[in-house]
Amino acid sequence: MGNTSRFGTAQFLFALSVGILVAVVAVPMLLIFFNAFWVNGHFNIADVIRVLRQGETYKALLNSLFLSSGVTVTGTLVGTFFAWLVTRTDLPFKRTMKLLFLVPFMLPAFIGALAWKMLLSPRAGYINRLFMDIFGFDGPIFDIYSYAGIILVETMYLFPFVFIQVSGALERMDPTLEESARISGADLFTITRKITIPLVLPSILSGALLIMLYSMAHFGTVAVLGAETGIYNIPTLIYEKIHQSAGSFDSIRTATVLATVLVIAAAFILWLQNRVLSQGRYQIIAGKSFRPSELKLRGWRVPMFVFCMFYIALTIVLPTATIFMVGGLKTYGLPFVSENMTWNNYKYILFEWDLTRDAIWNSVSLGLIAALVTMFAGVIISYVIVKMKVRGKGFLEFLGMLPFSVPGSVIALGVILAWSGKFGINLYNTVWIILVAYVARYMAFSLKANSAALEQVHDSLVEAARASGATMWQALKDIVIPLVRPGMMAAFFLIFLPALRELTVSVLLYGPTTRTIGVAIYTLNEDGETVYSAALAGIALVIIVTGEILIKRLVAGKNNG
Amino acid sequence: MADIHIAGVTKRYGEKNVLDTFSLEIRDGECFTLLGPSGCGKTVLLRLIAGFEPPDGGVIRIDGETVADPASGLHLPPDQRGLGMVFQDYAVWPHRDVYENVAYPLKLARTEPSVLRERTMRAIHLVGLEGLEKRLPSQLSGGQQQRVALARALVPEPRLLLLDEPLNNLDANLREEMRFEIKSLQKKLGVTILYITHDQEIALGISDRIAVMDEHGRLRQTGAPEEVYERPADDFIFRFLGVANLLPVRREGEALYVQGISAPWRGPVPDKAGDILTAGFRPSDVLLEHDNGDDSAGLPGVVCRASFLGAQMDYLIDIAGTLIRAALPAHECLNRNLLFVEGDACRVMLATAQWFEGEIANRGVL
Ligand SMILES: Nc1ncnc2c1ncn2[C@@H]1O[C@H](COP(=O)(O)OP(=O)(O)OP(=O)(O)O)[C@@H](O)[C@H]1O
Ligand SMILES: [Mg+2]
Repeated sequence: MGNTSRFGTAQFLFALSVGILVAVVAVPMLLIFFNAFWVNGHFNIADVIRVLRQGETYKALLNSLFLSSGVTVTGTLVGTFFAWLVTRTDLPFKRTMKLLFLVPFMLPAFIGALAWKMLLSPRAGYINRLFMDIFGFDGPIFDIYSYAGIILVETMYLFPFVFIQVSGALERMDPTLEESARISGADLFTITRKITIPLVLPSILSGALLIMLYSMAHFGTVAVLGAETGIYNIPTLIYEKIHQSAGSFDSIRTATVLATVLVIAAAFILWLQNRVLSQGRYQIIAGKSFRPSELKLRGWRVPMFVFCMFYIALTIVLPTATIFMVGGLKTYGLPFVSENMTWNNYKYILFEWDLTRDAIWNSVSLGLIAALVTMFAGVIISYVIVKMKVRGKGFLEFLGMLPFSVPGSVIALGVILAWSGKFGINLYNTVWIILVAYVARYMAFSLKANSAALEQVHDSLVEAARASGATMWQALKDIVIPLVRPGMMAAFFLIFLPALRELTVSVLLYGPTTRTIGVAIYTLNEDGETVYSAALAGIALVIIVTGEILIKRLVAGKNNG
Repeated sequence: MADIHIAGVTKRYGEKNVLDTFSLEIRDGECFTLLGPSGCGKTVLLRLIAGFEPPDGGVIRIDGETVADPASGLHLPPDQRGLGMVFQDYAVWPHRDVYENVAYPLKLARTEPSVLRERTMRAIHLVGLEGLEKRLPSQLSGGQQQRVALARALVPEPRLLLLDEPLNNLDANLREEMRFEIKSLQKKLGVTILYITHDQEIALGISDRIAVMDEHGRLRQTGAPEEVYERPADDFIFRFLGVANLLPVRREGEALYVQGISAPWRGPVPDKAGDILTAGFRPSDVLLEHDNGDDSAGLPGVVCRASFLGAQMDYLIDIAGTLIRAALPAHECLNRNLLFVEGDACRVMLATAQWFEGEIANRGVL
C-alpha cells in the first residue's frame, strides 16, 4: 500500500526492519560463521574438524548431547505424568496443583542449582552433612557435582515445558474418542496405549524438543554444578574460552566453532518441532474445552496426593527456603539456629554494597529498556512482514526467523565479535553491549506476540482509515497500534521478566560495573561469597515472583474487564 | 462531483492478469453499477481506483486529475483521492464505538467540533442507527455494522463513493430502504457512485448505468439498465441478468422449427441472421394455454413441476426435451383457470424473445 514506486513510508519501514535485524542478529551470526570457517584467508573445513576433535571441545559436545538428552527424557516423563495426573484423574485440589507445577517456570534454574549445591555438595552440603555427621554415613548420600546431579536439577526447572503442552492437549482432547473405544470393549490400559498416547504424542514431542533446545543452550546449572568436577557443556566452554583466556585468537575460534554447532543443533530441533506440530494439526483434538473423563484413583488417591506434595516441597519449597536461610547466615556453613542468623546481609546488599546495588539497578534498567526497544522494533518488523507489500519481503521474513534459532551464548559471542571495536564502535564492557544482545535474544518473543496480534488486524481496517483520509502514520497511530496494544503488552512482559533474571548472555558480556543480578549472584558464588550470593538470589526471587504475580493480575484484570 | 476515467488498466497477480487493458468511463454525478460473477475482478478494480494498489499498466483519472499512472511512476495515496468507501467486509474498527467510527473521517479533516457532532449524528440517523452510538462493533449485528460502514463513507460527503456490496447483509426490507437512501443521497449531493454487486436486482434498480463483466475480467456491455436488460449484447449478459430460458431453434427458409417438434413454430421473428439460432426469454415472457389440440398455437409442453410462490405460479415445463421456466401471475391463473399440475399438457407461447446466433446450451434453469 502507499507509494510502491517511490521511496515512501513503506520503503522506510522495510529498510528500518532489515537494518535492525541485520545489525542485531545477522551480522553477529555471520561473524561467528566467518570466524569459524575462515582461517588465514581461506575457507577451511578441515580446521573446523580439527577444533571439534580437540579433547575438551569434543568432550563438551558430548556432554551437551548427553546432558540435554538426559534432561529431555526425565523432564518428559515427569511432565507427562503430572500432566496426566492433574487432567485425567480425580486427584484432590487439581487446580491448585496445576498452578504449583508451573511455579518452577518462574524460578531461574541457576538459582535452583545454587540451592542444591548448598544442600548436596559432597562435603559442605547441608543434607550430606546431616547424614554424615548425625547418621554416621561415611560418604555423601548424593553428589550433586555429577551428571546425574545436573540432570536432576535441570529436570526440576524444565519439565513444565512438557507439562504445559500435554495438559493442554489432554484437556482439549475429545473424550468421546476414548468413550467410544471403551464402549467397544477396550480396557483402560489399551485405550491409553492405543488412543490417548497417540493423540497427545505431538504435544509430548513438541514439549520434549523445547526441553532439549533449552537444556542444550543452558549455561547456569552446568556452570554452577559442573565446574568443580570439570563437566563442561557448549555454553560453559564458550564462557571459559572467552573469559579465562582473555580473548586469544585460538580460544575465540574454538568458541565460534562451538557456537556454530549450537546454532545448527538449535535450527535442527526447531525444524523437527515444526514438523511434529504440523503433523499434530491433523489429530483429532477439538479446540473447545471438554470435560474429560476422569480416572478414579481410589486407593491411590491419597498416596498420589502426598507424592505430589512431597515433590513440590522437595523441588520448590526446599531450595527456595535454603536460599533465604543461607542468605541470612552470619557465615556459610553454620547450622541454622537463631544466633547464627542475621538480617544484615540483606541490608548490606540492598543499601550499602555498590556491586549488588549496581547489579539490581543494571538488571532493572536493562530489562525495561530492552523490553521497550524490542517491543517497538518487533511491532515495526512484524508489521512489515505481516501487513506490507514491498519488494524483498522474503529476505526480511528469513531474517525474522533467525532470532528464534539463536541460543543466548551464541548471541553474546556474536555481539562481542561485532561490537568490540572491530567496526569502529566499541561497546565492550558497557551496558550497551548487553542491551544489544538482549534485543537480539528477545526479538523472537516480540515478533511472535506482535505478529499474532497483527494477524488479527484485517487489512481492510487500515484501508478504511486511508479511504477516510488518514495518512499511513495516522492509520498506524489510530487503528493499528490500539488494536495490537495487547500483543505489545504481552511482548513487553515476555521480555522484561526473563531479562531480570538473565545470566547466559550477560555473563559473557559483563564488565566491572555492568554486572546484572544474574552475573552478580553467579560471580559472588564463584568467589566463595556464598552467603551474599544467596541473599542476592533471595532478593531476586522476591522481585521475580512479585513481578510475575503483578503481571498475571494485570492481564487477568484486563481480560475480565 | 467527479468523473472517473480508466484507460487500459492492467493488474496482475503472479501469472494471472485479473484485469487486462480494462477501460471504463464513469460520468460525473451518476450512479454506476459494476456487475459480474464472483472472482471476476470487481473488488480489484475498486482497490485500484481507491489507490490501495497500483495498476501494472494504464491510467486512472478522477475528476480530470491523474491518480495512477505506472508509466510515469505516479501514484496518489488513497487519503488524497477524496473518496468514501464501503468495504465488502465492512471494515468497521472494533476498538471504536459507532459514533467514533462515523466521526473519524471528519476528525481527520479537522472539522469544527459542533459541526462534527451534528454531521456525525445526521449520518447515524440516516442509516437508522440512532441510539446505538455508544455500542462497540462487537455488540452489533452484521447488518448494523454494514450500516456503520455506510455512514462512515457518507459522512465526509465525498465527491466519489465506492461501494463494494454495501447491502448484501441486510434483510430484504432494509436493503430496499437503504437502496432508496443511497439513491436520494446521490441526487441530493450530486455525488458520483460506483456500486459493485453481483445482485442484478439492486443493480437494475439503483443505477443510471450498469456495466457487466465476465469471469475473465472483461467488460461485456455498458448501458442504461433498461437497455442492458432488454437488449443484452450476448447470451452471457442475458443469462447473468435473471433466470434465462434458452430454446434452440432451426430456420428452414421462412419457417422456424424447434428441436424435436415436426410442426413449424409461429413464434417471434428472429432479428438475427443464420439458420441455427437460440431464443432467449424470461419466465415472465411465457404465456400458457390449455392444450386444445391445435398444433398452430404455440409449442406443446408438459408441466414437470408446479410451485405456488404467493404472487406467482412457477412452472417447470418440458418442451420436447428442453426444460424452461414459466412465471404467471397467480391471480391470472386463477381467473383464467390456468392452474396446472404435474403431468398436465399445455401450450407455450412467448410474448417476446431475444435472439442469439448459434445453439446455446440451456444451463441452470431449474
Ligand atoms: N491480493 C491478491 N493476490 C492474488 N490474487 C488476488 C488478489 N486479490 C484478488 N485476487 C484474484 O483476483 C481475482 C478477482 O478478485 P476480486 O476480489 O476482484 O473478485 P470480485 O469480483 O470482487 O469477487 P466477489 O464478488 O466474490 O467479491 C480473483 O481470482 C482473486 O483470486
Ligand atoms: Mg469482491
